Amino acid sequence: MTASLAFDQIRLPPECDELRREVRAFLIAEIAAGTFDPHHPGHGDAHSKEFSRRVGAKGWIGMTWPKKYGGRERNFLERYVVTEEFRVANAPVRLHFVADRQSGPILIKYAPEHVKMDILPRICAGEVCFAIGMSEPGSGSDLFAAKTKATKTKGGWLINGTKIWTSNAHIADYMLALFRTSPPTKENRRHGLTQFLVDMKTPGIKVNPVYQLTGAHDFNEVVFEDAFMPDDHVLGEIDGAWKQATSELAYERSGPERFLETFYVLSGLVRALGDKPDIRSAEGLGRLVAQLHTLRRMSVSVNGMLQAGKEPVVEGSIVKDMGTVWEQKLPNRVRELAAFIEEEEGNRATLEEQLRFATMIAPKLTIQGGTTEVLRGIIARGLGLR
Amino acid sequence: MSESGSIVAETAARIFADLADPQEVNRARDGAWKGRLWQALADAGLTLAWVPEENGGSGAELADGFAILGVAGRYAAAVPLAETLLAGWLLSRAGLRAPEGAMSLAPARPEDRLVLNADGTLSGQARGVPFAKEARHLAALAGSSVALVETAACRLNEGVSLAGEPSNTVTFDSVKPVAVAPAPAGLNQPALMLMGCVVRSVETAGALEAILEMTVRYANERVAFERPIAKFQAVQHNLARLAGEVSAAMTAAYSAADAIARADTFDDVIFLEATAAKIRSAEAAQEGAAIAHQVHGAIGFTNEHILHRYTLRMLSWRDDFGNESYWAAALGNHVAARGADEFWPLVAAC
Repeated sequence: MTASLAFDQIRLPPECDELRREVRAFLIAEIAAGTFDPHHPGHGDAHSKEFSRRVGAKGWIGMTWPKKYGGRERNFLERYVVTEEFRVANAPVRLHFVADRQSGPILIKYAPEHVKMDILPRICAGEVCFAIGMSEPGSGSDLFAAKTKATKTKGGWLINGTKIWTSNAHIADYMLALFRTSPPTKENRRHGLTQFLVDMKTPGIKVNPVYQLTGAHDFNEVVFEDAFMPDDHVLGEIDGAWKQATSELAYERSGPERFLETFYVLSGLVRALGDKPDIRSAEGLGRLVAQLHTLRRMSVSVNGMLQAGKEPVVEGSIVKDMGTVWEQKLPNRVRELAAFIEEEEGNRATLEEQLRFATMIAPKLTIQGGTTEVLRGIIARGLGLR
Repeated sequence: MSESGSIVAETAARIFADLADPQEVNRARDGAWKGRLWQALADAGLTLAWVPEENGGSGAELADGFAILGVAGRYAAAVPLAETLLAGWLLSRAGLRAPEGAMSLAPARPEDRLVLNADGTLSGQARGVPFAKEARHLAALAGSSVALVETAACRLNEGVSLAGEPSNTVTFDSVKPVAVAPAPAGLNQPALMLMGCVVRSVETAGALEAILEMTVRYANERVAFERPIAKFQAVQHNLARLAGEVSAAMTAAYSAADAIARADTFDDVIFLEATAAKIRSAEAAQEGAAIAHQVHGAIGFTNEHILHRYTLRMLSWRDDFGNESYWAAALGNHVAARGADEFWPLVAAC
C-alpha cells in the first residue's frame, strides 16, 4: 500500500508578521551600513563575526531553544521567517547558520549538560562557528563507509584519519563528526560509527584548504593525527550514530535555504525586465513565480508539520529534491528570459554578474546535504518501492 | 481541511466508491451509471454545496466544496459536478436561486465576453464551456450582471474535450434569461476565472493523488527481468519525481483553495495563489501523466485500463478558465508591474 503524501495547509502565525518587519528593518540598516551587498552574493565574505554577533544580540540564533541555553523558546515557523528573510537578502550568515540549524539541536539532544551550558549560549550569541565532519576521501553519500578511526584511550579517544569537503573548517570553533569506533557487523553495515563533538583547537588537527571552482575557500581537508577527544565529547550512543539521524534531518532538508540560494537572479530578472516585459519574458517569469510560490508553500507546510510534532520525512526529502533542482535550473532559465533585453538597459549588467556567480555555484546545489540520487531513494522507500 | 470538510469529503468518497468506481465506469456500455451517481450526489446535497439553504442549496462552506472536488478528482468523475458547484456559487453570490439539475457556466475562457443588452437579453459567445451539452441551465456572467439561462435557449456546437466530454461553444443570440441580478462588488470576469482555476487545480491534484497510488501499486505488481519493476532504481527515481509533481499540485491547489475560502476579496494574494495553482497543477498534470504512462507501459495505453480516465481529464482541465500560459503571462506582468522591490514581499505574504 502506498504511503500517502500529506502537505497540511499551514500559514505562518500572526506573530510572524511583526517579527518579519523587525528582521527587514535590521537587514536594511545593515545594508545601509555597508555590512553586505544584497545584490552580489559573490562579493565579500559570506561570514562576518560582527554581523553574527549582532544577529545573536537580536535573539535570532537558536531562537527555538530552551531559555536556559540562551534560546528564546520561539517556534519553528518564527525561525522560518528569519531564515527566509536573511536568505533572500543574501546576508552573511555562514558563521552561525550550521550551528543554528543542525549542530545546536544535536547538542541539545545528545551532549552532557555541562557541555550544553558551555557551548549553546555562545552559539546563541553568534560567537561560535560549527563545521560538519561527515565526508571522507572514500565516503561521501555512502556515509557509513567512513573510516576515520577513534581508538579508546584513558579518559577519551584518539582520532586518526581524514575528513574532506568540510565547509567552514578553517573558521570553525567546533565540528560535529562521525568517527569509527567499531567495525561494521555482517548484519548491520551502519553499525560502528559514533558522533563526536570536536574542539578544532585540539592538538593533532590540521586544516588544509581545498579551493572551489569559483576560486572561493569554503571546502577543507581536515587531518586528524592522534587528536584526543575527551569522553564527555561523545554524543549519544557509542557505535550507534546511525540511530541518531532522525527528524532533525527533515528540518535540514526542507528549509527555505533549499530553494532560495539563487533567488537573487530572479529578482534581478524582474529588475532588468522593467515594468512592461514582452510576452515571452512575462510568461516565463510567471511560471517561475508560480513554481517558487509552490515550493515555499510546500516548505512552510513541512516546517509546520514538524512544529506540530509530525514526522514528514518523505515530504521533507521531496522539498529538498524539488527545491534544489529548481534553484539549480533557475540561473539558465533566467538567462534565457533575459536574452532579448536591450544591452544598454541599466540593470542588465548587474544581472549578468549575478548570473556568472549563480551559474558557477549551481552544480553544488543538488549535491550538498544529500544528493538528488540519495533523496529519490529515500522518497522511493517512503512510497513503498524498496 | 475543516472538520465539516472531512465529513462532506467522506460522504462524497462513499458515493463515488459505490456508484462511480473507475473500473466499472470504464467497462460500462452506456451512461446509466451517470444518472444514478448524479441523483445520489444531489440527494446528499453535494451538487449545490455552494448554494445557501434559502436559495435551494445545502449551504456548505467554500472549504467543504473544495473537499468534494478533491474527491471527485480522485475518481476522475465524468459528471458536471465541478461545473454545477461553480454555477451555484456564481448565482448565489448575486442572490439568485439555483435550479435543480446539472449546470455549467459561461464564459469559461478569460478572453470571451457576454453582454446584457438594454432589452434584458444576453448576447455573445462562450467557447469551451464544459458539459454545456449535458447541463439544463447555465449561470452566466455578463459584465456586472449574473444571469440564469436555459441551455436550450442557446446555440451549442458539438465540441468535445481531450477526455471526450462535452466542451461546447455556446452562442447567445439575444437570449432571454430566466433571472438576472447585479453581481456583487469585486465579482468580475477575472475573479470568476480565478475561481474556476482553483476548482480545476483541486480536481487535478485529486487525480494526481489517484495516479500516484495506482502507478506505485502497478510497479510493485508488475514483474520484469524476474523482479517487480519497483525494484529498479530507474523506475524508483521516476516515481520519486512523480511524487514530487503530485506534492506540488496538491500544495498549490489546496493552498489556493484555503486562501479563497478565508478571503473576502480577490486581492493580490488571491491572484498569486490562484494563478500559481493553475500554472503549477497544469505543469504537474503534464509531467505526471508522462511518468505514469511510462511506468505502466503498453497496458496503460489501452482503452480497458483506467489510467487514461485520469490523464486525459486532467490534461483537458489545463485549458479551462485560461490555460497555464495565459495565466503565467498575467502573473509575470503583474509581478513586473509591482517591481523588483515588491516581488519577495508578495511571495512572503502567502
